Amino acid sequence: MKFEWLAYGGRHLHAPDPSAHALRLVDVSVGYPGSKDPVLSGVSFTLPVGARLALVGPNGSGKSTLLKSIAGLLPCVGGDIAVFGLKVRACHHRTSYLPQREEIAWQFPVTVQRFVLGGRYVHCGWFAKPDSHDHAVVQETLRELDIVSLQDAPIDQLSGGQQQRVMLARALAQGSDLLLLDEPLNAVDSATRTLVGKVLDRLQKAGKSMIVSTHDVGTHDQPFDGVLILENGSVREMAHAAAV
Amino acid sequence: MPLLCELPLVCVVTSGESWYLPLLEPWTIGFMCDGLFAALLAGLSCALLGVFVVFRRMAFAGEAMSHTTLPGLVIAQSQGWSLALGALASNLITAIGISILSSGASRRRGVREDATIGVVFTGMFAFGVILTNFQGSWRDLSHLLLGNILSVAPNDLWFMVIAACVIVVTLIALHKELELSSYDASYADLIGIGATRMRLTVLVLVALAVVSGVQVVGVILTSALLVTPAATAAMFTRRLLPLMALAVALSWTAIVVGLYLSYFWSLPPGATIVFLAALIFVCAWSWRKLSRS
Repeated sequence: MKFEWLAYGGRHLHAPDPSAHALRLVDVSVGYPGSKDPVLSGVSFTLPVGARLALVGPNGSGKSTLLKSIAGLLPCVGGDIAVFGLKVRACHHRTSYLPQREEIAWQFPVTVQRFVLGGRYVHCGWFAKPDSHDHAVVQETLRELDIVSLQDAPIDQLSGGQQQRVMLARALAQGSDLLLLDEPLNAVDSATRTLVGKVLDRLQKAGKSMIVSTHDVGTHDQPFDGVLILENGSVREMAHAAAV
Repeated sequence: MPLLCELPLVCVVTSGESWYLPLLEPWTIGFMCDGLFAALLAGLSCALLGVFVVFRRMAFAGEAMSHTTLPGLVIAQSQGWSLALGALASNLITAIGISILSSGASRRRGVREDATIGVVFTGMFAFGVILTNFQGSWRDLSHLLLGNILSVAPNDLWFMVIAACVIVVTLIALHKELELSSYDASYADLIGIGATRMRLTVLVLVALAVVSGVQVVGVILTSALLVTPAATAAMFTRRLLPLMALAVALSWTAIVVGLYLSYFWSLPPGATIVFLAALIFVCAWSWRKLSRS
């Protein structure tokens, strides 16, 4: 952090608990504001540091809701979530969330480079401009995802696969330790699928933890450490990937 | 007493007859100079904000903001207060009303934000018309509805200067936050920027721009100053800063040419400016269509 007092949301760096898991959910219930019935209920699991978890379930099972509640975008109505031993969003630069493509206004006039640079804003805070280090991180990320040639392109000219790469590039540029990826391989070409798989593999080897929501574990090239199956807003099954 | 100095035409005249002399003629009149300055300020404020209004799909909110200034304008005019402050007070009441009526509690009962805006803006506009009826001067109402650029009061001109400065400084200071929250509200919330906070910031800035705009083109046509230049510029570039610069340039072109036309042909200046902006939009759209085909 360049200047602590510029931190977004008034939150400052909290020292994580080194012995804590990446993620710990205890009997979590999540509901949308104004709705009586929770969308998710009784969800409990632990994600060790460096683990990759697949979040599987049909449409409407609560996958996106669970990821949003971990990201702090939806409040828990019950239970407790701890991210690296801290409350949700206590240290929000360590968590990145890759939403589904439809959640982004792709017609907005911004270039790919600028979009990816958005991943560095959490390290800048209010009023501060990204510096040369931030721009260097963005260039490195663009190279890793093979989109350097697109950096000056407006985001409204990207294909579905390119949009997915660009969103992943922003999550990588943030340099977070916990990645929440909402259907990153939905409707992408095989080249993008292979590339994303390699990047996730590299991240896992670097000790990053991640939850990947998907309709089908089989579409992913690399194995998961575990699979959490959601159905009608509750956990149907939690198992090691090999057992599913 | 004009605020700005009239052009020293005598210096030009002594250099002999020139083709451009008629073009300088309007600016030898004090109220035309003030009008031009006011219109350029309003054009700057509205065009800069217009880019966010267009791409955040807030055109309806901009339209509503301009219409709801009417009660404040009528009261300010009848009491001899500053029109700008009257319009601003009216806009603040509207913004508070919209935020209360479209709060979570209301949404649960099925009231959407756009419906709330529709109710509040037509209600406030109707209230303004009723107030005008008590005043008994429909000529004053037409000035408020269509603008009266050539009689901008010094206080209101100062307000426009301050509003333009606040808008420019805020856009520079919060550039990256406003940009990010415009295309990815979830990510803005995740990292602590707060998408709602940024939306409110844009609404407050739009309110300032609208108050400037109603002095120039009136209550009915102000949303055109917000939307039309930005929508035209969006046909030519997909980069935020060039888009803002182009929107301002297009707006100023319509303003300067519009003022010339209104001076020489005795046309209503506000309506002429808005019509020219729309004409530029149609020309740009046609040119794009033809060049693609």
